[in-house]
Amino acid sequence: MKKLNEVTSTVIPLPIEDVDTDQIIPARFLKATTKDGFGENLFRDWRYHPDGSPKQDFVLNNPIYRGEILVAGKNFGCGSSREHAAWAIQDYGIRVVISSFFADIFKGNALNNGILPITVPEVFLNRIFQEVEKDPNAELTVSLQDQTIKIINTDEVQSFEIDPYKKMCLLNGYDDIDYLLSLSPKIKAFEANHLQ
Amino acid sequence: MGKTLFDKIWDAHVVDQVEGGLDVLYIDKHLIHEVTSPQAFQGLRDRNIPVARPDRTVATADHNVPTKDQHLPIREELSRLQVKTLTDNCKEFGVTLYGLGHPYQGIVHVIGPELGITQPGMTIVCGDSHTSTHGAFGTIAFGIGTSQVEQVLATQCLLLSKPKRMRISVDGELQKGVLAKDIILHIISKLTAAGGTGYFIEYAGDAIRSLSMEGRMTVCNMSIEMGARGGMIAPDQTTFEYVKDREQAPKGQDWDNALGYWQTLYSDEDAVFDRELNFRANDIEPMVTYGTNPGMGMGIQGSIPKPAENGSDSFNKALNYMGLKAGDKLVGHPISHVFIGSCTNSRIEDLRLVASYVKGKQIAPTITAMVVPGSQQVRAQAVKEGLDKILTDAGFDFREAGCSACLGMNEDKIPAGKYCVSTSNRNYEGRQGPGARTILASPLMAAASAIEGKIVDVRELI
Ligand code: SF4
Repeated sequence: MKKLNEVTSTVIPLPIEDVDTDQIIPARFLKATTKDGFGENLFRDWRYHPDGSPKQDFVLNNPIYRGEILVAGKNFGCGSSREHAAWAIQDYGIRVVISSFFADIFKGNALNNGILPITVPEVFLNRIFQEVEKDPNAELTVSLQDQTIKIINTDEVQSFEIDPYKKMCLLNGYDDIDYLLSLSPKIKAFEANHLQ
Repeated sequence: MGKTLFDKIWDAHVVDQVEGGLDVLYIDKHLIHEVTSPQAFQGLRDRNIPVARPDRTVATADHNVPTKDQHLPIREELSRLQVKTLTDNCKEFGVTLYGLGHPYQGIVHVIGPELGITQPGMTIVCGDSHTSTHGAFGTIAFGIGTSQVEQVLATQCLLLSKPKRMRISVDGELQKGVLAKDIILHIISKLTAAGGTGYFIEYAGDAIRSLSMEGRMTVCNMSIEMGARGGMIAPDQTTFEYVKDREQAPKGQDWDNALGYWQTLYSDEDAVFDRELNFRANDIEPMVTYGTNPGMGMGIQGSIPKPAENGSDSFNKALNYMGLKAGDKLVGHPISHVFIGSCTNSRIEDLRLVASYVKGKQIAPTITAMVVPGSQQVRAQAVKEGLDKILTDAGFDFREAGCSACLGMNEDKIPAGKYCVSTSNRNYEGRQGPGARTILASPLMAAASAIEGKIVDVRELI
């Protein structure tokens, strides 16, 4: 897993609520047996017409908006557990997703792939949308170490929560398997007494 | 203080605790399928480690399989490769596979209970969000991502934070023509698609208790549609009778021991929930959805509401996609497709109900309708009972087992712009095919709508 600490970047605004993982990556693109190349089809049906031509009004087709930070409306990543959604986001080059609310499974999948999902209050989320609307080049600095987001133009700072273990994993690029494998003796002992 | 059902099972599975609050949870049964497992097996190969407990792992092919001519090689190359990859992985790592052509093949959440793999008091995971279905047995069951599939394959454990607990009670008697599907669509419409996030739900109350296991599975299945990690129902006589004598159920002395334990699985009188909600069964109408998430649902006689001030963009986007507007009623709305299937409503009870309604009737000439059984065993049972004949005589296409048009991964898709009344669980944009417009409803509503060629209030027809 790729390490993550500080990201300073312009943002991709997606002020839509309840973005489900079927939109992030539609089922017909889940036939691959590797983790690569999903970025091409990120938000496929919002991004392209059925004939493959880009939909001009979708944010990813607007060259003004780019960057490593995606900012989205509440309940981002709901629905299917497909980790392909996180792989698509990562493959596209996004390292941080900010929303006022994340679906549980997506949040876990993101963290397991070196993507930082940050939950902020609705008010701050709207402040980001406003700033980006004013100035598409507005940048944010996200510091995982300090657990803060700063809107650089205005110096507004918002702190965020993250599980300390998950923070340590992201900072160091560790994944859960390494940790769980290190518990093998404990797991064996548990199994010996376990009923089911 | 007493414990909730959820806490009793969770606590019995905690192997260890990580500083800062995560639990290492032991997983009793791991179900896998072709779409979310190949990268996990590759991960094991990269680390050069085996599957920790192949005896606790069961695989099937369901999401990406054709539902016609399953005995022939899969035509589409990528799909064929994905199914073959699962077969190869299961062979290499010693995992039992009920693949295409096997009499036990089917949707993973249908075959688990059917084979007695799913038992009360267990922890069950699968790389699929509707794993919550198994909660109907008094089981902690939830969907996981592929990284977690790899964790479970490698260690039989997961690192998790413990969710909060919610109890949703439904009391009283259901109206005629109102099914388990309507109960859960009603609850989701009240809680919204995000209202259960962070919670594990226990469904209680006499309306829930009076449901069959099939009905309970339908309710628990859709817990994820309000964002909950899972849903569960305390096991009782109905549960025990369903599990008894199934292929993988405990037998003899083991059964007695297991039963003794299962009978302790309920929320204590004085157990405290983080949130409690109550519904009256009699208030529930047959439900339909009008938008692009399962929270956008209403009683069949209702009108589409106006958007709330904030969030109106998303709301309008949804209605726009559906070709509907605020104030519209759905009763009488023409449709062209009906899909009866998916892990929500493809069990034998669903097929019996649909067959008994359509017997001697014909679907409207404007309708294309398919019935996709949840498993080969469901299909075989339906054929044994002559349901296949009733359904095909009525004009339904009766297919082989799989997820099919629930997610439109194989060729079973609803064409762009068409309205489909579907017994599945998701009405997202493009879920049943690019541009398809899905209206979620019960199997009875779907059957009646197929016959009439439009959305109907089934209460007026039975
Ligand atoms: S039937 Fe639909 S919801 Fe159920 S497991 Fe298959 S794709 Fe998922």
